[in-house]
Amino acid sequence: MTERPLSVVGHFVTRVDGYDKAYGRTKYTADVSLPETLHVQMLTSPYAHAKINHIDTSRIWDVQGVRAVVTGNDFPIRVGPLVADRMPLAVDKVRYYGEPVALVIANKPHQAKAACNKIKVSYEQLPVINSPQEAMQNESVLIHEQLNDYKLQVEGICAVPNTNIANHTKIRKGDMEKGWKNSDKIVEAEFSFSPSDHAALETRAVRAEILPDGRVMIYTSSQGPFYVKKLLSQFLKIDEGKISVQTSMLGGAFGGKGCVQLEFLAYLASKAVGGKMVRLVNSREQDMVTSPVHIGLHAKVKLGADSAGKLQAASYEFLFDGGAYSDMGAGISKAGAVDCTGPYKIDNVHCDSYCMYTNHPYATSFRGFGHPEQAFAMERTMDMLAKELAMDPLELRMINAIKPGDTTPTQVHLNASNLGDLPSCLRKLKTLTDYKETKSKITKEGKIRTIGISAFWKTSSTPPNATAGVILTFNTDGSINLNCGAVELGQGSKTVLAQILAERLQMDMKKINVTFEVSTEYDPHQWKTVASSTTYLAGRAVLAAADDIIRQLKQIGSVALRCSPDDLNVGQRLIYLKDSPEYNMKIKDVVVAYKYPNGNSVGGLVIGKGSHVVRHLTPLDPHTGFGKPGPQWTVGAQAVETEYDPKTHAYRIIKAATVLDAGKVINPALAIGQMRGGMYLGLSWASRESFSFDEQAIVCNPSFRSYDVMRIQDHPDYLVDFVETPLVDGPYGARGIGEYGVIGMAGALANSLSQASSCNINQLPIIPETIWKLTKGDKQ
Amino acid sequence: MDKGYFNLVDFRANGVPYQLFVRNADTLLHILREELGLMSVKPGCENGDCGSCTVLMDNVPVNACHMLAVEADSHHITTIEGLEDTKLQEAFIANHALQCGYCTPGFILNAHALLSHHPDADEQKINEWLESNICRCTGYQEIKEAIQTVQKELEGNG
Ligand code: FES
Ligand code: FES
Repeated sequence: MTERPLSVVGHFVTRVDGYDKAYGRTKYTADVSLPETLHVQMLTSPYAHAKINHIDTSRIWDVQGVRAVVTGNDFPIRVGPLVADRMPLAVDKVRYYGEPVALVIANKPHQAKAACNKIKVSYEQLPVINSPQEAMQNESVLIHEQLNDYKLQVEGICAVPNTNIANHTKIRKGDMEKGWKNSDKIVEAEFSFSPSDHAALETRAVRAEILPDGRVMIYTSSQGPFYVKKLLSQFLKIDEGKISVQTSMLGGAFGGKGCVQLEFLAYLASKAVGGKMVRLVNSREQDMVTSPVHIGLHAKVKLGADSAGKLQAASYEFLFDGGAYSDMGAGISKAGAVDCTGPYKIDNVHCDSYCMYTNHPYATSFRGFGHPEQAFAMERTMDMLAKELAMDPLELRMINAIKPGDTTPTQVHLNASNLGDLPSCLRKLKTLTDYKETKSKITKEGKIRTIGISAFWKTSSTPPNATAGVILTFNTDGSINLNCGAVELGQGSKTVLAQILAERLQMDMKKINVTFEVSTEYDPHQWKTVASSTTYLAGRAVLAAADDIIRQLKQIGSVALRCSPDDLNVGQRLIYLKDSPEYNMKIKDVVVAYKYPNGNSVGGLVIGKGSHVVRHLTPLDPHTGFGKPGPQWTVGAQAVETEYDPKTHAYRIIKAATVLDAGKVINPALAIGQMRGGMYLGLSWASRESFSFDEQAIVCNPSFRSYDVMRIQDHPDYLVDFVETPLVDGPYGARGIGEYGVIGMAGALANSLSQASSCNINQLPIIPETIWKLTKGDKQ
Repeated sequence: MDKGYFNLVDFRANGVPYQLFVRNADTLLHILREELGLMSVKPGCENGDCGSCTVLMDNVPVNACHMLAVEADSHHITTIEGLEDTKLQEAFIANHALQCGYCTPGFILNAHALLSHHPDADEQKINEWLESNICRCTGYQEIKEAIQTVQKELEGNG
């Protein structure tokens, strides 16, 4: 391509879905309501661990409108993305509070609900595992007695039979003994937090129908329609080509809609009523506990540094609280391990990362995939080390920042392209937040203002063959339709992809129509819309498809303009001679065949196609973790300023800042929005979001009434800035950025408040009571 | 079926008169969506906690999930489909005050009522009014900025 200034990429462009959304016209999955649709209600478990002795469904028929009932024995097959360990409806025993036990299908939702209440299940309660530590220590209670027989779905997951371990990932790098010997200061600490929820505002919903010829039609609020198709095909033993999955826009996801759960249930429900269209919509309570949650963690971290503050050794033990089934939890425990050190150069690393089965709701991906969790533990320990060394926390991060030439914990060699520039991020953060020194300031009212900081990195843990594809077609007016399998969850992917296309074709954004819905029938395959991978994977596919179009346009143009294709350029809706643009023709005149003045036609339809696949990824060595887990590492630095009242332990979050190395910012407004939204989610989680469990592992707060989230009066002032170190093979140099705003927030918040309250806040959420208990403990 | 379970409601939605037989237990949210097809009214919790189902009843914001349809009798209901003043919508787009868009109709209707009752609402007043609405995607700051942009425009015109 010729070097010309970018005219669309890097510029402010309004979201392509903005109007539909602002005017309330966007249709989410549950907004489609066709007559004749039947309604499904789930009956869920009131216990966290219990044997099912008997299910009596005879009374449901007293309710008018009831059409069918489904229980676990109708489909006693274990499903799951990594370890096939979960029956869609519980059989023999339930393993978490809220687990689906039966489905009732009726004409109206209220009928299905009333009938559900008439099902009698006789349970026998079993002892519960209420934390990941208990899961590790208590060998007498096994949540999955038959773990040994379960099918592992992917390479690199190590479930340990006769334990509660769903996955164990090991990292062994360097020489630990030497590392500790070279350390003048060593700090050790433990961290913990319970599972919480994504709480996307749109609850998960699905419709399903089985057509007379056996085709299965699924309409679902999923981040991975192609993945839904794959898993349904595999476990239902139906050819993939006979399954069609469609996804409209999602009302938020945050990783929580990457799982395949309700789709199985809706299929079973439809099957029970002869294939009729059924609809299953989670209530908020079900969405919080029955469907997968945000993982919990118990971590031990030990860091050693020499007297100059250079890190020498690090060891980690992560016990992730994966809940009753492993779903993506097994993958999260791996992702947390491969980046366990955070963005620091450490030559001697030892990490044991476990995904534990517990009797909690089961976990799936959450924005950041293991990193916000791991970073909380690591960034707190870094601050504890800084204190021990009497060093400025930012300075400690600066001197240990990982750089090109260093290796990751799994020994991937880093270079100036596959790694962002952390020192630049830290420097910018300093300016952005007016960071002088971290000593707290006391306000007139006696409150303490403190800035806490954190640094983070993350690679996208995609499968080694993750792909995306794009198809471009033209309308007769020369405008273009962009089809791809990326799901719009609010992150603005559709806008970013249209911008990349507009840039490459030098075309007006208004002439690009992006299809918002994704259908596995007419969109090219895409792995999933997760892991901040869409801009990279689908963006590269857009570029390939655009180049395909340009090639075809030049081909036809060369015939019509009587020259070589190499003499031509494409742009501004024209095909023109490079050196004499007055010889040109309109793109619209060739996209459905070029017609000569005498009526003869050449060319045919111009259709562009492009795809991209991640390269050179490898599974990890089971003994050392050696291997390449992701294509590149995005890095960044964050800060949180709080105002803490030492009398009441209440605090306000005043400022939150992020500086991210985005490679290239494709749309500044969207990128800033992603960072703000990420910071919000991270702060809301760290400051108040958590499930509380009673002794029987029952979730006591599964609703927005009792599960607190940040609201409008709580928001801080958000500060965002970017560094741009291009990723050589990224579209226009862009790196993945979607998840990153969330990662360092918990660490930065806890660092700020730990300093203000002079105690080590190593657990979440940080509510005033947490601090009160700690300060009291210190005094006693 | 027992006729006593049903009642006739007579109300206006976005200016259009409706007479419907509804179950006494039906929420206004259910009727607006399933009977009238006004799908911009979003269920987020059906428990009065999230504000995504906000509609205006005689220009006062209410949670449609927390009202029975029969309570709407002889009232005027406005959903975003019927909101004619479009300044807020434009401001939400321009300020990137929406991402997934699920919370947006509720926020806009609530903000619309706020501005019609208190055109010069200060930040605290905005917080008080919009505290009822949850957004999980943005940082809320964008939403506040969108509302303040409209306030400035109104001032300028006033
Ligand atoms: S759905 Fe009505 S307040 Fe949440
Ligand atoms: S934009 Fe998604 S909940 Fe507000």
